[in-house]
Amino acid sequence: MSAVAGLARSSGRSSAPPTRDPAWLGRVFWTGAALVLLWPLCVATEFQPGRLFDARSFAVTRHFLASFLPPDVEPGFLALVARETWRTVAMATAGMTLAFALALPMTFVCVRVLSISALSGSMAPLPFAVRQAVRVLLVVLRSVPELVWALVFVRVVGLGPTAGVLAIGLTYGGMLGKVYGEILESGSAHVSQTLLRNGCGRLQAFWFGLLPQNAGELISYTVYRWECAVRSSVVLGFVGAGGLGQLLDGSLKMFAGGEVATMLIVFFGLVAVADRTSTWLRRNLA
Amino acid sequence: MTGRAAANLPYKLPPPLFDARCRACWFGAGLVALVVASFVSLDLQWAQFFSRDAMAAMARFVGEFFPPETRPAFVRQVVAATWQTLAMSALGTAIAAVLGLLLALPASRLHAGATARLRTPMRLLLNALRAVPELVWASLLLIAAGLGPFAGTLALAAHTTGVLGRLFAEAIENAPDGPAAALRVQGVPEGRIFWYATLPEIVPQLTSYTLYRWENNIRAAAVLGVVGAGGLGQMLAFHMALFQMPRTATVLVAMIVLVGIVDALSYGLRRLLTR
Repeated sequence: MSAVAGLARSSGRSSAPPTRDPAWLGRVFWTGAALVLLWPLCVATEFQPGRLFDARSFAVTRHFLASFLPPDVEPGFLALVARETWRTVAMATAGMTLAFALALPMTFVCVRVLSISALSGSMAPLPFAVRQAVRVLLVVLRSVPELVWALVFVRVVGLGPTAGVLAIGLTYGGMLGKVYGEILESGSAHVSQTLLRNGCGRLQAFWFGLLPQNAGELISYTVYRWECAVRSSVVLGFVGAGGLGQLLDGSLKMFAGGEVATMLIVFFGLVAVADRTSTWLRRNLA
Repeated sequence: MTGRAAANLPYKLPPPLFDARCRACWFGAGLVALVVASFVSLDLQWAQFFSRDAMAAMARFVGEFFPPETRPAFVRQVVAATWQTLAMSALGTAIAAVLGLLLALPASRLHAGATARLRTPMRLLLNALRAVPELVWASLLLIAAGLGPFAGTLALAAHTTGVLGRLFAEAIENAPDGPAAALRVQGVPEGRIFWYATLPEIVPQLTSYTLYRWENNIRAAAVLGVVGAGGLGQMLAFHMALFQMPRTATVLVAMIVLVGIVDALSYGLRRLLTR
């Protein structure tokens, strides 16, 4: 006890602990700054929570929410929902397959670790140019949102899943390509470079050096993207690509609360299944 | 020569090509089946898509985009919509970060002895928020909040709350519990323990999750308007429906530039943070 008191005296401070939060000044300042910054955002987004409780719109909302219960479980409708759910999942899966097929060769071309000229000093100009070109292509593919691709393709091939599959394939191809590249380059390059130095081909260095190191991360990212693809294939339905989204759009326009509730429950189930799959995969394969 | 090796090596069967307990085999087979079933069951019209007519239509369609509309009045409108999109995503993410943290607290087991009765129901709620895509939230909220960016902001906030709440709950549970335990044995109340021990530990992680979601939300906000929730998407849907292709092209360029800038910024920020 006396030692503590001596320490306090020697450091020239009172031994009583501070009664106030020592960092209060900073906290108050940053809270104030955040509130000031928030103001223009609120103006730009016409943020008026009062509007939710405006008497007229509130009545409509309450009526709509009340019609959610009970969810619609008529057998005919359930069969329709089941079919459209499968279409949604199939659209996402087909799109992901396309994206994978697109991303794999581009990743292989643009990964810097597999450059043979970069083993000694800097990369030669031609390989460098090719890699940059592929990178730019990937950026262009993924910077156009899939909904926009879908709007364009719907004009060309007409309503239907083709537009959705193509849209998911292109956007997700860009995303997968970029992230696969980042994952492969983030690990230690030692193994694959040793293989390359000893005369292995690029494919061999990829299969036996890079892939075993990064397989777990690649798998779990791909599954995560598949889950995202399921969600975005629902969204694509809103612009006419079919599936659950289109059905939901129709029900919303008719204010059929029961049908909407059923479909929301299906979404919930889909995401839960994707979650389980991803956990299981990470535990057993990665 | 004491320990002599066996004269004949014991003969071992080669490993079977297929083993019923090989989970990877079953998974691979299931995956292939899913992919094949997907392609078979969808009536994909590749032939029509790659036909000469479709190619010509596509070329004509893309040709109509050029040249993009550049009249100052319209460009000003596009810039305003871009700012609105940015504001929607920022405000939506901010609301989601606050709500997500508030929901993550009851959704996590703060220490080993905690009963955490609310953990399961809260996680269910967060999953439900997350399961519904932003665009669906937007079209649901249009009924309550009316057309415009307000509905879009709320939609982004709703979906992102689910995502961030779950990530935050994981972060809280995985935080090292030394400082919190030290305060707990002194009898400090739970709220202050969180404020002074757990939160400072996880703030960097929470910030990086929030920034990552913001990046995602800018993309989402750009297209939310397609159902009428404000921002660039609303202009895109409007001009595309009226077949005003040069104007659509300007909006598209604005979208791509916005996404590109945000990507570059977040890439730079992450480089800065990890260096």
